[in-house]
Amino acid sequence: MKFWKKAVVSTIVAAAVVTAAQARDQIRIVGSSTVYPFASYVAEEFGVTTGNKTPVIESTGSGGGMKIFCSGNGLDTPDFTNASRPMKPSEFADCQKNGVKNITGMVVGYDGISIAQSNENKEMKLTKEQIFLALAEEVPSKDGKSLIKNPYKKWSDIDPSLPNREIRMIGAPTTSGTRDAFDEMVMEKASKSFPVYGGEYKKVRTDGAYIPGGENDNLIVQQLAQDKSAMGYFGYSFLEENHNKISGVSIDGVMPTADTIADGSYPVARSLFVYMKNDHIKDVKGMKEFANLFMSESMIGSKGVLKTIGLIPLPEKMRKKARESVKNLTPLTKEMVDKHTVLPVK
Amino acid sequence: MSKIDKNNGFYIPQLEKRRAKAKRFKYIAMSALIVSLAFLMFFLYDMFRQGIPAFKQTYVKIQVEITEENLENPYGFLDRDMISIVSRAWLRDLPNQAAANPEWLGTTQEFWALAGAESDQYMKGGENRLKDRVKDRIDELKESGDIRFQTNLIFFFTGDSKIPENAGFYSAIIGSILTMLVTMSLAVPIGIMTAIYLEEFAPDNKLTQFIEVNINNLAAIPSILFGLLGLAIFINFFGVPRSSALVGGMTLALMSLPIIIVSSKAALKSVPNTIRQAGFGLGLTRWQIVRDHVLPPAMPGMLTGSIIALAQAMGETAPLIIVGMIAFVPDAATNILSAATVMPAQIYTWSGMPEKAYIEKTAAGILVLLSVLITLNAVAIYLRKKYTKTW
Repeated sequence: MKFWKKAVVSTIVAAAVVTAAQARDQIRIVGSSTVYPFASYVAEEFGVTTGNKTPVIESTGSGGGMKIFCSGNGLDTPDFTNASRPMKPSEFADCQKNGVKNITGMVVGYDGISIAQSNENKEMKLTKEQIFLALAEEVPSKDGKSLIKNPYKKWSDIDPSLPNREIRMIGAPTTSGTRDAFDEMVMEKASKSFPVYGGEYKKVRTDGAYIPGGENDNLIVQQLAQDKSAMGYFGYSFLEENHNKISGVSIDGVMPTADTIADGSYPVARSLFVYMKNDHIKDVKGMKEFANLFMSESMIGSKGVLKTIGLIPLPEKMRKKARESVKNLTPLTKEMVDKHTVLPVK
Repeated sequence: MSKIDKNNGFYIPQLEKRRAKAKRFKYIAMSALIVSLAFLMFFLYDMFRQGIPAFKQTYVKIQVEITEENLENPYGFLDRDMISIVSRAWLRDLPNQAAANPEWLGTTQEFWALAGAESDQYMKGGENRLKDRVKDRIDELKESGDIRFQTNLIFFFTGDSKIPENAGFYSAIIGSILTMLVTMSLAVPIGIMTAIYLEEFAPDNKLTQFIEVNINNLAAIPSILFGLLGLAIFINFFGVPRSSALVGGMTLALMSLPIIIVSSKAALKSVPNTIRQAGFGLGLTRWQIVRDHVLPPAMPGMLTGSIIALAQAMGETAPLIIVGMIAFVPDAATNILSAATVMPAQIYTWSGMPEKAYIEKTAAGILVLLSVLITLNAVAIYLRKKYTKTW
């Protein structure tokens, strides 16, 4: 009987401990793998300099993060979610339905998606349309009247001025936010300039010219360094770190650099967001301080430390506006979500 | 081979052909071994080549005047070359250091400060993005002996960091230990008890056969499914905190259970039936026979099975992604309910970082994990060798 007594007591104690973990002193963050390094940097800084517990950050992808974030308003759900795109209306509706009604959005900076190749190749200049013709499953025929299966094998087949090189592009898998953003900003946009396509981009080609890489951008960089003829696309910070091996390809005449991404002239750039669950502020220690530290000039500013690890700062005016909005805990409204922003709509 | 006398009355003409066949087979089998050894050697060589430099770290001597102003803004007092040599992580921590040593205030202290990852790479002869004048400055410091390598204690005594030179394996090691404790205390007793019941007590009927087939099947399914199970049961239903060592340990326990049961059953089966019959002959109960005569000789087999199952669980990442243990956790977990990460998860996270210093740390982490696994397997072999009885 002794054994049973012990077993019952220990089960009760364990259950009590589990429920006692409710009021928290540690912030929990989920979301985008692109925002993950920046958020982790701020989290670490927050832990070291304020004496609070360092927030725990999981890299779940933007969509995965939204799903967990919006799953409920209780303290067992995360306090922040990172996203490499604005919250979708469907996700906002999901949040509302599950009682997550008081959200503040923070826009923290830009990230560019760069196409790159090994340094040993000659400089390459592409337009969005050329990239589209190289990668789409179906392309307009020569007379432009019908859609045919992609016949292009070499870049020079698309435009004689391009080098006589096989088309091989290593990109992100479908689960990745980088892939979503690339499809949206390059493929979908370019498809609009071919009337026969009806403005609707469908699918990337599957005959081996497009090679889905892993989520790990480092591996794509290594592959490019090995395989001189291939090209690849990934987050700009990986180009920045590996200038000795790979170089950027200009799109529509603009090279991917920190400056061109910041001033908006580089066409394949996106904003990065963090969403905060305001109802948790009273129960979770340090949330407001964390949000304010993230938005501070020393982090996301034009001389901030996040710039050194690849975040492209917002323009000064916008930084100020975003900072104010977070300070006032401006609630996210349906109107803002529909307009793809987190700042108050005039 | 000596020349065979064909006139010998015992000479069989096919013999030579058969010998040649046997020899060929031997060489084919051997080359298979050589190929796998070559892969292993290449992997180990590559890991050592990349990982060994991570065990030393550059430190630079600096003088700091401890004033309130300098503590207010610890990034301001160094000149513009030194600021790119000294690690930001070290400067960031200076106010905390000074607060712990109030007598420093108003004096000038000399420190061996942690150097940044770029200068560290330059010292190690690797690629770096330092400006030429900073490189010259490092060369000067090297000549005067004010910059040097020290054993990288940070790697073993701090947690993860987004500042590469400050990143360590400590929180992952602690996390792995806690997770393994949970796994071990759940999986080993449950697994061994199940095996004892199935092997010694349960009747041999359709139901137990069905259970056995299922257990064997479970031992082979992909580990990520256990992660999904863990998410559904432990997190969503029982409300165990995400990313904690408890939920990770329970999930891995589920994964190790079938392996432990199967190997324990095999160990029990290998105890000859005559021993049990002798026990019955003496009028012992089944419980007494199992406790005193079957378990002791079966124990080494059960232990090795358990250790190998635990070693496998220790190297597992897939199910832990699902229960949220692949996370940025710089502080070491203090109990099984706080957020933790494990060694393979930390390796996975580092391998995805763009900075060169993390590539070094990834390899070093792999070396640490490998040596832990080798130790565990060696213990398993030792136990088997020492206690195995042969009949």
